[in-house]
Formats: sequence, C-alpha cells, structure tokens
Amino acid sequence: MNPEDSLLTDELREEFEQTMLASERLEAQFHDIEQQHQAASLGMWAFLATEVMFFGTLFLGVYVYRHAYPDAFEKASERLNWLIGGINTVVLLVSSLTVVLAVHYASLGRRKPLVVFLTLTMLLGLCFLSLKGLEYYIDYLENLIPGWKFEPQEWVQAGLRPDQVPNVRLFFSFYWIMTSLHALHVTIGVGAMAVLMVLAWRGHFSPAYYIPVDVTALYWHFVDIVWIFLLPTLYLMGTHHWGK
Amino acid sequence: MATQAIEQPPVPAAPEMPQETYLNAARGVFSWLLTKDHKRIAILYLIPVTLMFFVGGAAIAVSRLNLMTPEGGLVEPDTYNKLFTIHGVVMIFFFLVPVIPTVLGNFLLPMMIGAKDLAFPRINLLSWYLYMLGAGWATIAVLAGGVDTGWTFYTPYSSQASHYNVVMTMTGGVIAGFSSLLTGLNFIVTVHWLRAPGLTWFRLPIFVWATYATSFIFLLAVPVLAMALIMVIIERALHFGIFDPALGGDPLLFQHLFWFYSHPAVYIMILPAMGVVSEVIPCFARKQLYGYKFVAYSSFGIACLGFFVWAHHMFVAGISMYAAMIFSSLTFLVAVPSAIKVFNWTATLYKGSISFEAPMLFALGFIALFTMGGLTGLFLATLGMDMHVHDTYFVVAHFHFIMVGGTVLGYMAGLHYWWPKITGRMYSDWWSRIGAIVMFIGFFLTFLPQFVLGYNGMPRRTHMYVPEFQVWNVMSTAGASILGVGYILPLCYLIPSLWFGKPAGPNPWHATGLEWQTASPPPKENFASSPVVVRPPYQYHLEKAQNEP
Repeated sequence: MNPEDSLLTDELREEFEQTMLASERLEAQFHDIEQQHQAASLGMWAFLATEVMFFGTLFLGVYVYRHAYPDAFEKASERLNWLIGGINTVVLLVSSLTVVLAVHYASLGRRKPLVVFLTLTMLLGLCFLSLKGLEYYIDYLENLIPGWKFEPQEWVQAGLRPDQVPNVRLFFSFYWIMTSLHALHVTIGVGAMAVLMVLAWRGHFSPAYYIPVDVTALYWHFVDIVWIFLLPTLYLMGTHHWGK
Repeated sequence: MATQAIEQPPVPAAPEMPQETYLNAARGVFSWLLTKDHKRIAILYLIPVTLMFFVGGAAIAVSRLNLMTPEGGLVEPDTYNKLFTIHGVVMIFFFLVPVIPTVLGNFLLPMMIGAKDLAFPRINLLSWYLYMLGAGWATIAVLAGGVDTGWTFYTPYSSQASHYNVVMTMTGGVIAGFSSLLTGLNFIVTVHWLRAPGLTWFRLPIFVWATYATSFIFLLAVPVLAMALIMVIIERALHFGIFDPALGGDPLLFQHLFWFYSHPAVYIMILPAMGVVSEVIPCFARKQLYGYKFVAYSSFGIACLGFFVWAHHMFVAGISMYAAMIFSSLTFLVAVPSAIKVFNWTATLYKGSISFEAPMLFALGFIALFTMGGLTGLFLATLGMDMHVHDTYFVVAHFHFIMVGGTVLGYMAGLHYWWPKITGRMYSDWWSRIGAIVMFIGFFLTFLPQFVLGYNGMPRRTHMYVPEFQVWNVMSTAGASILGVGYILPLCYLIPSLWFGKPAGPNPWHATGLEWQTASPPPKENFASSPVVVRPPYQYHLEKAQNEP
C-alpha cells in the first residue's frame, strides 16, 4: 500500500471527488463554483422581481376595479369555490416545506432524500393543478366564463342591478387571467422539478454544486407566494357560507 | 505649457490585423446562429436592428412626403395612419430600446469589466432569438395589412375599434419585451459578479453604470407593458372585457399601465446613449471625466425618477388635478440629474485638448440636441403649457430631439468610437466627419420647424392640415431628406471599411478602459490573461506626464 494514500482519509477523498465533480460544472466565464452559484441566485432574484411586476399589474387592475365596483365584485367572489381554493393553499404550503427539505438534503449531498422530496414537491404541484382543473370544470358548469359561458340573467336574479352585471364579467376576466397565469407557472415548476429529479437520481448534484436545486426552489416559493395573495384577493372578498 | 499639443509617442509600425479573433475562431453559419460569445451576439443584433431602423425610416419618409401639401394627397388617410404606426412601433420597440444595450452593451460590457463573457451566455442567445421572433412577427403583421392605432395602442381603439392586425403587432412587442428583459437581467448579474479583480464600483466606466441603470428599468418596467398588452390581446381575442367601458372597464387604466412602462422606456433609450457620450468626451478632450461620481449617480437618479412621472402623458386624459400637479412637479425633478450630466460633460471639455474625430462630432451633437430636447421637455411638464401643446407637433419635435437627437446620435458616436474595436479596421476619417455634420444639420432642419408648427397648433398624426402650415412642413420634409442622406452615409463608409479599412491596432484613439487593452478585433476569450485594475477610469491627465520627455 502506498504510504501517501493512507494519509487520504475517506472523508478527504470524498471532498476531493466532489470538488472535481463541481469543477466539471463550472462554466468558462466564472472563476469558481461559488461565484457561479451567487450569479445564478442573483439571476433568479432579478427574474422574480420581474415576475412581481408582471403579477403586480394584474393585482393593480383587480384592486382598481374592486374599489370601483365593490358590490358586483363581492357577489362574483362569493361564487368562487373557496373550499378547493383553500385546500390548494394547504397543498402549496406543504410543497414549500418539501422543496426546502430538498434544498437541505442537496446541500448535505444526500441523494435519496433529495430525490424523494423533489418527487413529493412535483406530486404536490400536480395535485394543485388537478384540483385547479376540477375547479375550472365546476366554474364551466356554473356559467362563470365571460365571453363564452356566462348568463347575465342569473346575476340579476342574485340581486344585482342589470347595469352591474358587466362588472361581474370584469371580475371573472381577472379571475381567469390571474389563476391561469399562476397555473402556468406551477406547470413550469412541475416540469423543472421533474428534470431536477432525474438529474438528482443520476447523481448530478453534490454539496459543492446544487445551484439548480437552489434557484428552482426560489422560483417555487415565489409561485406559492403569488397564490397566497391570489386567495384573499379573489376568493375571500365576499362573505362565504357553508354549503355554497 | 497648456497650449502645446501633446506629442504622441512614436508609432512603432503600422498595426496589423491579429491572427486569432472572435470573428475567425469558428466558421460556418451555425457557429454564428448557435454562438454563446457575447461579441458575436452583438453582431447578430447589429444586422436586424439596422434593418429595422431603415424599415421605420422608410415608413416615415413616405408620411413626411405626404405632408408636403396641405391636402396630403400622396397616400390614403388610412395608409397614413398605418405608416406612422409602423414608424413608431418599429423605431421604439425594435430599434431605440434594444439598440445600444444589445449591440454596444453586449459587445462592451464584459470587456469593460474584464470578464470573459456575460453571466448567462445561453440566455443572451435566447434574447436574440426572442428579438428576432418579435421583430419577425411584427413585420408579418405589417405586411399582412398593418396596424393603425399609433404605437401607443390606446384602448378602446386598439381593443375594439381598430380592424387591423393589433393582436399580431402587440404579440411581436411582447416577445421583444421579454428579449429586453432577459438582456437586462443578464447585465445586472454580470456587473455584480464578473468584475475583474480591483474593479470596484467607482472604477467602473460610466457606460457600465448607465447600462446597469438601464437594466433595472428593463427588469421593472417591461413586465408591466407586457401584461398590459397581453390584457388587450385577451380582451380582443376572447372577448373577456378588461378595459372595455361597456363592461365598466376603464380605458385610463390602460394608459396608466402603458406609460408606466413607456415613460421609463424613454430613459431606457437615453441612458445608454449618455453612457456612450461619457466615454467619448473624455477620450477626445484628453481629460478626466469631470465629477465622475455625480455622473454615475445621476444615471440612477434618472432611472428612479423615471418611474414616478408617467402620468405627465395624461394631463388632458381626465386624471385628477392634484395628481397632475404632483406628476408635473416630479417631472421637473428629472431635469436635475439630466442637467448634472450636461454640465459635467461641458466641464470635461473645458481646457481639454479637443480633437474633432467623428465620434466626438456625434457626441457634441448629442449634447446640443439633448439639451434642446430636455429644455422643451420642461415646457411640456408645465401643466398650463401642456394643455396648449398636448398632442401637437411640439410634442413630436420634443421627443425626437431626445430620441433621435439623443439616442441615435449617441449610438452613432458609440458605433464610430468602437467600430475599430469591433471590426479591427478604421473607416474613412473624412467621410465620417461629413456624415456626422450632415446628420446634425438634417436633424435640426427636420425638427426645429415642428416646434413652430406645434406651438401654432398643428395636431400630430393627421394626414392633412390647414394651408398656413405648409411652409414649415416643406422645411421639415426638406430637412428629412438631408437627414436621410445622413443616415445612408455611414453605410457607405462603414461597410467598405470592413475590407479596405486600415488595420486599427488595439487602441487607435489612445483611450483608457479595459476594452482597449486587448487586440482589435478581440480574441474569443477577450483577454489573453485576466486583467487586474489598479486605477479609476478616464486617467487621461496622466498621459501628458508620461509623454513628456
């Protein structure tokens, strides 16, 4: 046995191997993997800033009109399915926990729990999308789609003046645009989780290099937070009653 | 001593073209279309951006000819509307906004900070494809019948009344917006994390500061416009109802959202040009930039204030009087950082050893025209005055002084200044100076009469007018033809220079700055060895001491 080899403990050897692995992932424009990690992280934060402005525009629109037409908006909001919306909130909050745990295990370099938590996050995302799909179907059955399936008469019977009915359409326009844009973001997140899962399974990540897991988790949290704002803005505006 | 000309160090021999450059590092069409090299991507942008400039120019040339006579008989009124809309959309979304960041910024930003590339080269290439997709889409929309809403796409005209390709044109704009947004994101991360050792924030060239400030506007303003346009697209396509007054929608909301982007967009266009001028003036005055920190901070001052003045476009649109007063006062504040820049450039010229090469002529033209455009902006920020000249040619003249006089001349200054760096060859000295002068004269003749027209009440966007305005309109059209010659001239001496120009050598202007310390054209990896910075920028005053025997 080579006497120099004995100096290399298993721990040191592992660290050395991981550093080598990480240096393979280093892109030419960076000096070291730490710089690459920081750049990717800042890049994602900057991207999220644009997303805030993107969604912010819609939130501004919905608040302006809610302020202008409080009665119609409240009546319209009552018709949304707060139960599914509420369950979906829980689903997304739990997925935030699982994604945090995924990052945690990625930083420790533990492959199996990393794959498990990425898979769980993805499944929770899919669960959210399925419930959202179900909700959209119920909305369709209940004639809540402006420009396609919408019954003005229903709203007059529900106690609104005929001139307030167009404002209900305004509310549902925002409901559809905002929730479908959010669902699109969840779909992209689910896709990203699937890719990460495969990469993690193949041993692509190490404690020195887990940048994609880290930045995708940031994105996932953002998508959750958007929903946290969507729920009260759209669903909790009116006074809901059990059984509605 | 001060009056003596500085002796240049003896030139050893005529410079030769370097063997290995970014241009010949790889060959074939795909080595360009799939490149991740920021320098090649800059060239990829240069070609379509120039093309779009001439498309937008041609559209307005026809409308300008139409205005030679009061009856405006050259084109149908409908065609006239389409022409000025094409002009506005193409010039703003596909030329003025992207031009300096994507062409000069892409090429120079990594070199100025001593980096090998941008932080995300793949995203940079993606930006280019998005730009091409957006520009192509908008061009198809124009060919398929055009759009007549004006570049502002005001609702309910755009959402209900217009019968033309509003949705397609807007989609093109939105796609191009994402391209700008990703470019901005890339620049911000690059400036934060890829600066060379020793290159502290206050050693950055002003061009980097200006591009960095512009990138923030890209990040925060573009999404708002994109979303506003998407809402109009949805309203038109799915009959959803968002801005439709019949549904209780508020068309003013669209104007607010539109100008929340489109006013900062003015600063997207002008800030990088200011950055270029801040590079050119110290070089050709052989002096350190006066008040470096003030110039750097004022870029950010303009970028920040730019977000809080948008409603000055809406003084007559029915917003509250108190809102109008606040927006008016905030608008006046923008003059402060702008004036700081102009004063600092002027102070840099003071007692400098000025020489008048083409980049300097363009930069001096920029200062003159930008100052005029800025001062007339103050007229428009004044509530009472704006009521009088709103939507007249006064406004048209004002923003063309900023966007054409400012941005185009700034871009020209930059293109002429860095052309030897980009291509490795010099262009004709004499012809380039002529080009600068012709462009300046043509510009003045085109737009100065429009101030008079506007002040006397000629509304913008009309294909005919009352006969007493004819003399000023003819003057303007005559000026526009000189301006057109001015725009074609650079093509005539820049393109031949690619083959026949003298090799420039690494630093033809004896400029400071990291980009001049490598070969022209630069090698693929920019620098032979990673540079280390030990001094602030613009140390032109040191060269005199060095050159004295």
